Amino acid sequence: MSMRMDTALATGEPVAPTDQIDALFAKVSANHEARRRATSLFLRGSVYAGAALTALILAFLVGYILVKGVPYLTPSLFEWRYNSTNVSLMPALVNTVLMALVSLVLAVPFGVGSAIYLVEYAKRGSKFVQLVRTTTETLQGIPSIIYGLFGLLFFVTALGWGLSLFSGACTLAIMILPVVMRTSEEALLAVPDSYREGGFGLGAGRLRTVFRCVLPSAIPGILGGVILGLGRIVGEVAALLFTAGTIAQIPSFGASGFAALFDSARTLAVHMYVLASEGLHVNQTYATAVVLLALVVLLNLAATFAAKKMSKGNNND
Amino acid sequence: MTNMMLETAKGIDYKPSLQKPAQANPVPADREGAVAAKMGVYDLDLYYKDFQALKKVNLEFPENRVTALIGPSGCGKSTLLKSLNRMNDLVEGCRIEGEITLDGADTRRAIDVNSLRRRVGMVFQQPNPFPMSIYDNIAFGPRTHGIKGRSDLDEVVERSLRDAAIWDELKDRLKKNALGLSGGQQQRLCIARALAVRPEVLLMDEATSALDPISTAKIEELVGELKTRYTVIMVTHNMLQALRVSDKTSFFLLGEMIEAGPTEDVFTNPQDERTADYVAGRFG
Amino acid sequence: MANHSLREGFARVLFLAAAGVSILAVALICVFLFANGVPAIAQIGLPDFIFGTTWRPANDIYGIFPMIVGSIYVTAGAILVGVPVGLLCAIFLSRFASRGIARILKPGVELLAGIPSVVYGFFGLIVMVPFIRAYAPGNGLSLLAASVLLGIMILPTIITVAQSALDAVPQKYYEGALALGANHERATFRVLVPAAVSGIMAGVVLGIGRAIGETMAVIMVAGNQPVIPESIFGGVRTMTANIVIEMGYAADLHRGALIATGVVLFVFILFITMVFNVMKRRSEAR
Repeated sequence: MSMRMDTALATGEPVAPTDQIDALFAKVSANHEARRRATSLFLRGSVYAGAALTALILAFLVGYILVKGVPYLTPSLFEWRYNSTNVSLMPALVNTVLMALVSLVLAVPFGVGSAIYLVEYAKRGSKFVQLVRTTTETLQGIPSIIYGLFGLLFFVTALGWGLSLFSGACTLAIMILPVVMRTSEEALLAVPDSYREGGFGLGAGRLRTVFRCVLPSAIPGILGGVILGLGRIVGEVAALLFTAGTIAQIPSFGASGFAALFDSARTLAVHMYVLASEGLHVNQTYATAVVLLALVVLLNLAATFAAKKMSKGNNND
Repeated sequence: MTNMMLETAKGIDYKPSLQKPAQANPVPADREGAVAAKMGVYDLDLYYKDFQALKKVNLEFPENRVTALIGPSGCGKSTLLKSLNRMNDLVEGCRIEGEITLDGADTRRAIDVNSLRRRVGMVFQQPNPFPMSIYDNIAFGPRTHGIKGRSDLDEVVERSLRDAAIWDELKDRLKKNALGLSGGQQQRLCIARALAVRPEVLLMDEATSALDPISTAKIEELVGELKTRYTVIMVTHNMLQALRVSDKTSFFLLGEMIEAGPTEDVFTNPQDERTADYVAGRFG
Repeated sequence: MANHSLREGFARVLFLAAAGVSILAVALICVFLFANGVPAIAQIGLPDFIFGTTWRPANDIYGIFPMIVGSIYVTAGAILVGVPVGLLCAIFLSRFASRGIARILKPGVELLAGIPSVVYGFFGLIVMVPFIRAYAPGNGLSLLAASVLLGIMILPTIITVAQSALDAVPQKYYEGALALGANHERATFRVLVPAAVSGIMAGVVLGIGRAIGETMAVIMVAGNQPVIPESIFGGVRTMTANIVIEMGYAADLHRGALIATGVVLFVFILFITMVFNVMKRRSEAR
């Protein structure tokens, strides 16, 4: 035993006396501990303050708008036809739904199709895939006013569609394309490979495998992306001002059929912007803001629900 | 069986015999009791929520000696180690009953947790240098404890790296990111980092299990040197390592401390059948 | 069987075409923006357009320097307001909040992200602007109002990105710091935050992109005078505001100059997106 220890001690240089280091520690002033506590307290306080401020801002903003707006949610605000006395938001609300529908009909097939190509067909890291990725990232960073400008130049002017529901919807479709694409891609990537192998194993082709085995379990994730896109559509103003215009009427599908797609149509957010900048109907503006907030909350709840569904689906595997 | 295993252990040049009873060969300086206990664990019960991970453990860690905790995985040896510097506090639902002492003082009542962790340093299973420069890694502890002067820090950094026997390798790249080092270098850097706050006790939680044999040998050698200044407590799953490095060994099984004593005795003359089975490699 | 493989091939081409749409979209946006904006810049003269300090469409004088400066000021102000608060809130959510509080605050942050900018703008107009008017010179429509409002608007971006960066820092760093005797605050601020810094910076850059591109909220509170503001209480016009305010009635060179403003903004955004992507990759590489 002792022999073994001796050999251990004999190897390597012996640990030198290090009293000067101990002296350094001994020299540390007595109030260092107090200062350290104060610093920690300050940092902790800052962190709590930052969180509290965020919560306070949210509570104040939402609370203020609710308190000011809810009393003015009168039946006249929801009348079918808009005029400058009732400033009804009903046409704008309907237009928002129409706008959202048309935009999604345009964006979702392309977004999901693109995601399917990237995940199920393309070779990872090919030049084409890289280009798609770069352009998607670029699209995601472009501010809505640029989309608005482009919509004005391309859909409204070059294609001659005028300020219309359809011009606006096309503009918004490009705007939400990257969101739909990205979330769909993530959802597809989250589907375990065993599903695909199952499909191929049964002799199904790639197409059939994708639609029968892969896509169904990716639906909640894709839905999450669609809801995110919806959120942007509902709140968008800058991209619509010069593409869909500000006419506060529901396009007359009854009278002119699908040609009504080329009527100008203001959505709820645009409606609120117009009201706010006119400054004549402050109370109704608050009430409109309440409806917008309600839509956003609904969408957030739906997104949370979809996310839960998604993670649950994956846990079952 | 036991004998055979010992003889195959590289670098160990003694041949213990089973015939000799432990009491017949006293080596007082290396015996438990002959050296004052630096830390002690008394009647320790530890629970994770409803699961009892440690059961009435009593164990003392002699000063300036290496104590090894061995046992099959899940036996509670790492749990015990982590309760010595209260890292278990981080685990939700962890509850401790009993007493843990450092120099006779209760670690959970009489000592502030931060100064306890300063006095009882730790080296983890996975090397965990911070993602910053080598210098800043070492200086983090001293800065935490009030050493601010540039030249003072320089001195601590150099001394710590020298003590961890890695100064020569790193002295020209102190400003480089520590994550660029090899696993073995990272682990020795972590030892240097732990030494930089002048701990009294050094806990090593399977500190070599993620390393290659050469790095392992370097660290084992280092531990042998460190005990002239520090009390070392190491968890290891490698019985040969316990045999090579430690003075005292304690065997754990299913949360119970089965046997503790001078390493030589535990390996050559275990008092408990389960210890004998384990050191003979019959389970775990 | 031939029918089958035909269908497979057709599907493949369709999906490929769908994937090509984003490339097509970026190409179209570039072409139309540049084709309509660059001639105007050429006619005005690039130096006069970028560095001219006078914007007077009635006299065909188009210098957008005040708007560039305005955008930069407003964005810088937003960063000054939004980054500290957002970062602290992210640290709170990642390392300080109990599970219960996080479960309330997190959806709150998501709600903050979902509120349309026109609602923010209206809130700023009705609450912040009168407040500033009451305590500071000027009419309240100001750089200050725009900065604070934008700072609030970029909060959720910064909180979300910074929190996920902080959450991604391995726990072993935290344990290592604690084992050296550092307390929770020191371990958080001296080890975890530096380890997450590239991810946090990516969040800041994303916030910059949001702030510089924001339009409606800024228009409603910034005053929109096309001059470089002399103080934070002065009015300011951003590039985005410039486009929206005058596009409705602009024609000829005026219209071209507005589109050219969009081109300049677009170039800014492309640059920011590039920086963001580089940072994100670097943070992921860690």
